Amino acid sequence: MIELQGAGRSFKVKRQVVHAVQDLTFRVEPGEFVGYLGPNGAGKSTTIKMLCGILTPTSGRVRVAGLDPSRKRTTLARRIGVVFGQRTTLWWDLPLKDSFELIRLLYKVDRKLFASRLEEMVETLDLAEFLARPVRQLSLGQRMRGDLAAALLHGPDLLVLDEPTIGLDVVSKAGIRDFLQRTNAERGTTVLLTTHDLGDIERLCRRVMVIDHGRLGFDGTLEDLMAGQSSLEEVVTRLYTGSLQ
Amino acid sequence: MVRSYVLLAWTWTRAATAYPVSFALMTVFGLVVAGMDLAVILIIFANTTSLGGFGREEVLFLYGTASLAFTLADLLFSNLDRVSQHIRAGSLDTVLIRPVSAWIQLATDRFFPARIGRVLQAAAVLWYAVAALELERLWMVPLMVVCGLVIFAALWTFAGALQFVLTDAPEVVNAFTYGSGAYVQHPLSIYGKELVRATTFVLPLAFVNWLPGLYVLGRRDPLGLPSWAGLLAPAAALILLALSGLAWRQGIRHYRSTGS
Repeated sequence: MIELQGAGRSFKVKRQVVHAVQDLTFRVEPGEFVGYLGPNGAGKSTTIKMLCGILTPTSGRVRVAGLDPSRKRTTLARRIGVVFGQRTTLWWDLPLKDSFELIRLLYKVDRKLFASRLEEMVETLDLAEFLARPVRQLSLGQRMRGDLAAALLHGPDLLVLDEPTIGLDVVSKAGIRDFLQRTNAERGTTVLLTTHDLGDIERLCRRVMVIDHGRLGFDGTLEDLMAGQSSLEEVVTRLYTGSLQ
Repeated sequence: MVRSYVLLAWTWTRAATAYPVSFALMTVFGLVVAGMDLAVILIIFANTTSLGGFGREEVLFLYGTASLAFTLADLLFSNLDRVSQHIRAGSLDTVLIRPVSAWIQLATDRFFPARIGRVLQAAAVLWYAVAALELERLWMVPLMVVCGLVIFAALWTFAGALQFVLTDAPEVVNAFTYGSGAYVQHPLSIYGKELVRATTFVLPLAFVNWLPGLYVLGRRDPLGLPSWAGLLAPAAALILLALSGLAWRQGIRHYRSTGS
């Protein structure tokens, strides 16, 4: 589903070259649920933006669903769903259901298929109560549920989530986690998730990748990462503070 | 492409009506501004009988074709010049994850139908001038407007593309877009020859309405270009459009996004 080979992205800042990520090599197979961890500024978002085609890699090779994201961005867009926790992809002044309808038309989703998916989303994400309300009037938790539905209405094979639980209360978080787990288990949607919430990782991710200073420092199962220790927080703190081998 | 454009423009129209007072004020304001452009020309002719060697109807013909092309482009594509705002706010990311070209999405971004008032004003002036002049080469007039529209669309595309580089100075590009629009509203014979040459061979603004307009009016070019030069307008427009498309592609590929 995802294939990176020596992928890197550098920026020129005041005549100095800064490597946001470098030499990333990994594969994600269809159906996996992968957590992508790293301290602030480690290169998580840069990686995700390369996967969606927002950023063009400056070195190496990126393939998502067999496509080169930066060259086939609009084709790829139909096959992946993206959620940015910090930023909505919905139309601010339109009622939520109008945003959804617009997505149906832009993604050219079959009307019947769309209706059945929407019905399912409304039920599992509990959207009915605010479906007719403009997006700007929604609470953060409601908006995030709306964003999640919007990212899945076209039936993508891959769901990319950049901090989807940021700023949410415990109940909203639990709802989102349940929904993501079901989406992965029942539809077989591949999920790549970045987060600072270790609860997300413990609850959801079988595989974890840790990135630091733009390089992949760990790639393995959650059990391997824990290596027999009891607190994921301690393990991650140690990784972030510099003992990445 | 057209389908996506219409769909998004309609969406933004509905979003704009969510703020009805602002909508109404902007409509009135747009008409007032357009009226002032026209008033300038009429005031000139209240004091003199010709401008740059052209009579009142001829000047109104040149004004009408230029303004119609410009206001149409302003209605349809001017929102491209807000790329830098999206870059700074980071909202360009959400544009780039949709299966629709970023150019269409940004051109329709906050599409504002009230601007159609100015289009109608320009069309009315052109209608009056064409009726008064009894032109032999009338068939050329729609072609002129289309070529002008394409040239301005290309200018706005350049303006957008440039903002990927000049994120901090978005107003610089207005000189090229709105400046060009104002420049071609008058007969180019009132400007210096060097400027007219530059806007013929470098930035082909003379092809919006000046050279094809001379052809339609059956007038000789004061700078000595043959009358068929006006027929090159479609070629000039398409070349400019192709170049602006390349610039836009480069802009998107060099997009750096924001930290988050």
